[in-house]
Amino acid sequence: MLRDALLLHLGYNATLVAVGATLLGIAAGATGTFLFLRKRALVSDAISHATLPGVCLAFMAMVAMGFDGRNLAGLLLGSALSAGLGLLCLTWLVRHTRLAEDAAIGAVLSVFFGFGVVLLTVIQTMGSGRQAGLESFLLGSTAGMLRADALVIAAGGALTLAAIVLLRRPMILVAFDPEYAATRGVPVARVDFAIMALVMAVTVVGLKIVGLILIVALLIIPPVAARFWSDRAERVAGLAALFGGLSGFLGAAISAAYPDVPTGPIIVVVAFALFAVSLLLAPGRGVLAAVLRHRRFQRRVHLRQGLLALAQGQPIYERLTLRLLRRAGLARADGVATTEGRARAAKALRDEKRWEIVRSDHAHEAAAALYDGLRDIETVLTSDQIADIDTRIGGPRGVTP
Amino acid sequence: MLELATIGGTAPQTGTALADSPLAIRGLTVSYGEKPAVFSVDMTVEPGRMTAIIGPNGAGKSTLLKAALGIIRPLSGQVQVFGQPMAAQRSRIAYVPQRASVDWDFPTSVIDVVLMGLYRQVGLLGRIRGTHRARARACLDRVGMGDFANRQIGQLSGGQQQRVFLARALAQEADLYLLDEPFAGVDAATEKAIIAVLQSLRAEGRTVVAVHHDLATVPDYFDNVFLINTRRVAEGPVSTAFTADTLQAAYGGRLATAQVDQLSRALV
Repeated sequence: MLRDALLLHLGYNATLVAVGATLLGIAAGATGTFLFLRKRALVSDAISHATLPGVCLAFMAMVAMGFDGRNLAGLLLGSALSAGLGLLCLTWLVRHTRLAEDAAIGAVLSVFFGFGVVLLTVIQTMGSGRQAGLESFLLGSTAGMLRADALVIAAGGALTLAAIVLLRRPMILVAFDPEYAATRGVPVARVDFAIMALVMAVTVVGLKIVGLILIVALLIIPPVAARFWSDRAERVAGLAALFGGLSGFLGAAISAAYPDVPTGPIIVVVAFALFAVSLLLAPGRGVLAAVLRHRRFQRRVHLRQGLLALAQGQPIYERLTLRLLRRAGLARADGVATTEGRARAAKALRDEKRWEIVRSDHAHEAAAALYDGLRDIETVLTSDQIADIDTRIGGPRGVTP
Repeated sequence: MLELATIGGTAPQTGTALADSPLAIRGLTVSYGEKPAVFSVDMTVEPGRMTAIIGPNGAGKSTLLKAALGIIRPLSGQVQVFGQPMAAQRSRIAYVPQRASVDWDFPTSVIDVVLMGLYRQVGLLGRIRGTHRARARACLDRVGMGDFANRQIGQLSGGQQQRVFLARALAQEADLYLLDEPFAGVDAATEKAIIAVLQSLRAEGRTVVAVHHDLATVPDYFDNVFLINTRRVAEGPVSTAFTADTLQAAYGGRLATAQVDQLSRALV
């Protein structure tokens, strides 16, 4: 069943949903990266909750004018307008009152969402036949997705991606250093607005599939996961798009295979799984890598300290140190150095003196920056440079590993 | 405050005509809330010189710089850059912000930060070419950071971060360099490297203006000073504007008399 779903063999509707969810995930991941880098991730929560009154008012307006209240394009237009209004309120509060952004987000989010829930209740009393399941915009619903809906989502996602490719440099510049960006003539306020407009577009487009409560997860989790894998902003955005797209596709496939499982929440769960894997396993910034790095570091420190103690004829009390020295064949069980241990110890002491010179000499700054008390000096300096340092130290020559 | 106001009239002794000045400010007032941080300040920067903006904490030094750059919108006053409005001369100005003003865990490398200085040349969609990279590398070499090009910026020390910011400004090849506390919290090696670069900029005929906090190095490093304490206190060559009287006026009781004596003796 799941295999069929993954291969898009579960029928027309499931395929539409899978394609739509994938495109939405790609657009959300890429857009969310810039929001995350600008450190305004939670603004998307305010924007998404502010869509609800717009959806309801659009429904009421369309019914009042005698149209079908469930027209998706009309509902999305309404949601975009009220999300925009919410964003304006948020910006105004932050700029013109003493309210900090977090408090303003809370205020806008709760007021708009509360108003939306009131409108939902009003609509339910308007006549049961016309309810049209507006509640499905809360958590998303893909059951009755139409070709036209998928086209709206695909077009929105494609436009968002094109805008990101076009604006990535100013967006990165503003996210990193807004004041400097301003001195280069980058219109900072307009770039910020563009980021928010993209977030709004993704939110509105995602209402149908993921719903307004969970869209924030699709905007934020992929970039946060991607950040573990790269130290370059553009690559983080690309990876976030990949993670988002993968979450959308896998989530849609799983929910197609098990029809009782709602699509939106499953997409978010898949995104979370990708985040968890990144958090644990990413090289460099991942938790496991950090633990291993720390263990390795600890062992090197102990070994180095042990060698220096041997070189200076001091007793070794730390059991870990002694064990490491013994295992490396550098010392006997009673703590006396072996022949090789004595040679290595002499070299360690010599290297300490060499490093001292390197660190005091401005010409070696790049090498000195690598000093951590452990690194072999041969890995940062050429043998000529080391020979030069040795002549400055004087004393016995030819101490080699 | 009264005393300041009277001394605040010290006229600039540079003799630079307004239109020739790389940076001319008239009647600039900047206010956060309802307390002016900079009040009715005039400033005329002399071309091809190094000018230090000095004054006590909270005197409006950084604010003056940011308002001149158009980062903060002033309440009143005019800023002219090479005789024209700032917006028209943006390409001739390079700004080096305080390094604490950005998040150094941002996902970017040293060379990418310097390439931001070439933002105008690269454009929105242009490819970053080998020539751009070579130019960025040359700027890094000039501040002694060539070996660090591909490091993530979070791995740098404070002094190295400051030099990367300077390299980014160098990449702009501007005529006027504005630096905010370039020597704050940096190591001695960095301070030496930065001052050497700034002096070489001056030798090329460019103008340097830096917010500075270390009074002891002012006579060694700078040609001119601009003393500010919300209002302009004094402006001109170090020999005439950086005296016991002007320092006393700018810092009030915050400098011990002995300190002032020592500083002004260093001038003679």
